[in-house]
Order: sequence, then C-alpha cells, then structure tokens
Amino acid sequence: MSKPRVAIFDFACCEGCQLQIVNLEEEILDLLTVVQPVEWREAMSDHSESYDIAIVEGSITRPEDEARLKQIRERAGILIALGACATLGGVNKLKDNFELEDVKRCVYGEAAAMPHLATARVKAVDEVVKVDFKVHGCPINNKEFAAIVRCLATGKTPVIPSYPVCVECKKRENVCRYEYQEICLGPLTRAGCNAPCPSAGFWCFGCRGAVDEPNVNAARDVMARYGRTVEDLKSRMLLFGSRQEFANV
Amino acid sequence: MSRTIDIQVHHVTRIEGHGTIVLNAKDGAIRKIEWQVPEAPRFFEAMVRGRSWEDIQTIVSRICGICSVTHSLAAIRAIENAMNIRGSEQTETLRMLTHYSEQLESHSLHVGYLVAPDLLGQKSVVPLASSHPDLVKTVIRIHRLGNQWMELLAGRMTHPVTLKPGGFARLPAETELRDLQQRLKDIVPALTTLADAVLSLAGKLPAFDRPTEYVGLVNPGEYTFYHGDIGSTDTRETVSPQKFESVVNEYVTPQSTAKWTRWHRDSYAVGSLARYNLNADHLLPLAKETAGRFGLKKGCCNPYMNSVAQVVETVQIVEHSLQLIDRLLTAGIRPERPKVTPKAGDGAAAVEAPRGILFHRYVFDENGVCERANLCIPTNQNHANIQKDFEALVPRIIDRSQDEIRHLLEMLVRSYDPCVSCSTHCLDVEFV
Repeated sequence: MSKPRVAIFDFACCEGCQLQIVNLEEEILDLLTVVQPVEWREAMSDHSESYDIAIVEGSITRPEDEARLKQIRERAGILIALGACATLGGVNKLKDNFELEDVKRCVYGEAAAMPHLATARVKAVDEVVKVDFKVHGCPINNKEFAAIVRCLATGKTPVIPSYPVCVECKKRENVCRYEYQEICLGPLTRAGCNAPCPSAGFWCFGCRGAVDEPNVNAARDVMARYGRTVEDLKSRMLLFGSRQEFANV
Repeated sequence: MSRTIDIQVHHVTRIEGHGTIVLNAKDGAIRKIEWQVPEAPRFFEAMVRGRSWEDIQTIVSRICGICSVTHSLAAIRAIENAMNIRGSEQTETLRMLTHYSEQLESHSLHVGYLVAPDLLGQKSVVPLASSHPDLVKTVIRIHRLGNQWMELLAGRMTHPVTLKPGGFARLPAETELRDLQQRLKDIVPALTTLADAVLSLAGKLPAFDRPTEYVGLVNPGEYTFYHGDIGSTDTRETVSPQKFESVVNEYVTPQSTAKWTRWHRDSYAVGSLARYNLNADHLLPLAKETAGRFGLKKGCCNPYMNSVAQVVETVQIVEHSLQLIDRLLTAGIRPERPKVTPKAGDGAAAVEAPRGILFHRYVFDENGVCERANLCIPTNQNHANIQKDFEALVPRIIDRSQDEIRHLLEMLVRSYDPCVSCSTHCLDVEFV
C-alpha cells in the first residue's frame, strides 16, 4: 500500500499549531514512515496539486481565502481542521463582535478603504467546506495530532474524547480554579489536552470547544456554588469562539 | 540578445506567514522589484477592545505562535505600566529566564530547520536527516531543550499560561531549576557543534553589504532582550518604550497588509544583527568567543549575517540563563501569588522577540477594561528594509540566472527570520 500524500495549508492564524508539529522532533520521522508530505510551506519548498489528506490551519477571513479552501477540499480525500482557529474560528472570532468598518478603521485609520485591506466575517473551516476530522486546541496537543494521523494512515477512525477537561484536571489532582475565585471553562470544554492550563495555575479558556453533550445543569450548579453566573462563563467563552456552540444555553 | 527576467514567488516557503517576491526586468533594466505582504490581517488591536485586563495576554499571545512568550511579556509589562504595578525581583528574573527559552527555541528552529537547507542545497530539513544526521540531531537536541524549558516555566510549549500581570500563576520548584541548570550546562557542547557546522557553511552566505539603521533595546552594561530603552545605530540618544510611536512612525503601503515603519532613514532593521550591532560589547565570554570565530564585527551590515548573530545569541542566552538560575537559587524561591487591583491608565512596553524589538500599548478604564491598543511587531519594522535590500541587491546580481536570483532573494527574506503572521496580525492603530 502506498503512503497517503499529505499537504498542510495555513490561513489566518499564528501558525502555532504547525509549530507543534515541528515540536514533535524525532517523532516526525516516525510519522514519515506512514505518510508522505508533499506540501508544507512553513517547512518545505515543495508544492503539489495532488494529495490524499489536507491539513488546514487557520480561520477563513476573506473571499479569496474561501475560494482557495474550496479548491483544497476538491483535491483532498480527507480534510482535517487543525487547531482552534480552524475548528472554532478561535480568537479571530473576537473581531465579529464589532462592525467590520469599525475594525478596519481602528487598525488602519485613514487607509482603511484601500482594497487590499478588505476583510470579512470570520469563519471556521467547517463553515465553508466539509471537515472530516478536527484536531482541537490552541495550540493543538501534538501527541493527539500524531495519533490521529497514524489512525488515518492505517485506515482506523481516531477517537476524540467526549468528556470535559475537569475529568483530566481531577486526575492530575489540581485544586479547582473556582476555589481561587476564578472563572474556568473546564466543566464544559472537551478534554484531550490533559488540562495543561489549570495544572499550571491558570483557568481553562475553552480553546478545544464544547464537549459533545455539555452538562449545562451541572455547570449551573458549579456557578451557583461559587457565586458566579452563566453570564460570566459566556463572556469568557467568546475568547476562542466556543460561545457559538452554546447558542441555546 | 534580449533577456527578460520575470520572478513571482507567491508565498515564500520556510518562513512564518505569507510573503511574495515580484521582480520584472528586461535587458538589465529593473521595471519592478517588490516585497509584498498579502497575509490576511487579523485586527488584534480592534479585537481586544472591551476585554478585561485579565484576558489580554491570552488573546495577544495568539498573534504569533513562535513569539508567544514575547507577546505575553510585552502585554503584561504594558498592563503593569498602565496600572502602576511593579513585579518583584524574583518575578522579573523568572520572566527573563522564561523569555530566553523562546529565544533558544526560535533561533535553533530558524538556523537549523529553515536556513540550513539553503546552505546545504536542499528544499527542507527532511533530506538532511539522512544526509547530515549529526547536524539534525544536534539541532533537535537544542530545539527540544528550548521547548522543555518553556514548558517548565511557562506551563506549556507555545502560548504560555503561567505568565500573568503581577507575577506567576505557578512558580518552579528549586529542584526543577537545578535540573534545568544542569541541562543548560550539558547543552553547551551542542551549541559549539552547531556553531562549528554553521561556520563551515558560512562561506555560502552571500557577501552583500548595505548600510542601514539598526534598532533594538539598549541597557547600560548589558546585552539586553528585556530591559532598557530603544536605541539606534544612527544616534546616541535613546527613547523610552513609553514613546515608541515616535520611533516606529508606522504607515500603510499598497504592497502590504502589514504596516511599515521608518525612523532616521527610509527604513531600519531589527533582530539579532541589530541587537549585536548595538550591544556586542556586553556579550558574555563564550558568546564573545563564538562571535570572534565567525569574525562577526560590530557594524556588520550584511543582512544574511543575521543567522550568524542568532548562533552567537544562542550561546549568550544559555550563558546568561546559568547566571540567572544561580541568582534565583541563591536567594531561594519565595512563594508569591500575583495580586492586581485594576485601575485606569495608559502603558506601553518594549521586549525583544527573537526576530526583533516588539512594542505593545494598552489604555484601560477604571475597571481594567481595555479601551485602546497599539501594537508594533518586529517583522513590520523589517518589511521596508527588506524592500530597500531588494533594490540594492538586484542590480548587483542581475546578470545571474533567474533561478539563482530568485534563490538569493528568498534567502534574503528568510535571513530576517520574518514572522509575517505576526506582522499583519498586529497592525495598530496601527497593528499587531
């Protein structure tokens, strides 16, 4: 069986998720035994117009980027959205809290009308094309990424956790961030990261998006116990675009 | 014989972010030579408005994956300046130590993974794994240490979580610092190996001098990445980071979604070579010796030598970090928790990212809600200088083959270690 051809593409983002792939170090060489990279602008000078798996990082913020993404989708058998900008819209979605004209004027001032500075509402990748798999997080967990690529290369379906970050946080024996009077999104956010933020003394900011069936009532109980409201949670959910997943909460 | 050169490098590879090179020439006459930046802008300065001071560094860290610690530190120190908060000496020392992990990670990635393939005639680091396994292993070792070091102090690789206004969310244990100290001592021979490898290839770096202005942090008696005022090779006067707008003079150009900057001349450069040209007298002994082996002199104006200055800095970073850890262990780690009472204010800060000086400014209301931001990224500050380099370099190499010209221009862009994602992701009122 020939190795699947893999191409990596980036749109509006910080490229930190690609950096996590680089950070696999020698493990990349292991991955190269099951896949063949044919295009990866950040790391290689090669280009290709034919690939089996397309990995897409970043949000879609301009009409021309939408067209480019659709072309990538047409050429790819499997399309993976890489990281929160691609899976949720990520921090880029904060822009959508403002009028586009206001945003452009704020940054570019009098020059805002120049045509090359055009921008549109921010879209996650699956708001433009069909996405087959999502690698969650800001940044992604590179071990999870490697496991997903291995699964796909060997014809298996990767399993993504569908329980909240609190499960992993408790296993690491952390003191709950609410005990420090902080707002933590752990109760509603999809696990799989192994709770690095609460383990380093910081709250979960929901970069992996909502768990499949969030237990909203339990979250309300937690809020009530610590004198917080669901509104507090919602404000923080805006940070990485996970708020949209709770439209009816 | 009529000869037309038409180069369009759409999305230069092996850099962070998207940049395009356009060259059109006929019979030796250059019709168009442009460095274009088509990266999709992300409007961070607009996005942070209305957000609490508590969320600012979490948001702006996302301007750049490879400078995320620097962005977090610039934001945190600007917030502290706005709210008149002073970090403890322990906090400041630990921040410098955390900051150095990013410098080592970024420099080793740039020199080892992105530039080395140019010097060895390859398109990526992948074929080097079989042709030069020892070099690749050395680079991986240094790069991995940078990451593990960042994970220890910042809470994880990329997008730090321990760094907060007022202090650290989690402090390292003294045993962890001792372990880090040992690992830094152990990496020194690998740094020498890397320097040897680059030295053996340094002859392949093009000889191209073009005097320009170099801008970076300066602090008396110190090769600084973190403290000090804004200095320039064009003047002895320095400028406080609180007045950074008078240095950057940002403007919008049709060939770029990132804003460009200028100070005393049409353009200036920031980054390792700028820091070297401003601060080389204050290098620690091993770093100074490394620079001597390359014959790197203060006043060097060959942009391709930026990668060599990065190699020198990897040594400086590790040497200085060993001193910082000594200082921390001698004093002992005191348990401190950040305490901040938000208040109204306007504050700016300057920190050296691996690729050059970075500026952040925020204005807060009395509840600590952000009203305005202004960010100016290192790569923004290099764009105009890259354009001026193109204009000076192309006439000198116009007789060479189209492929060779294209390669030299790509290498030139890469030598600046640009982070274009950063530079548009941050345009302030112009940026970030």
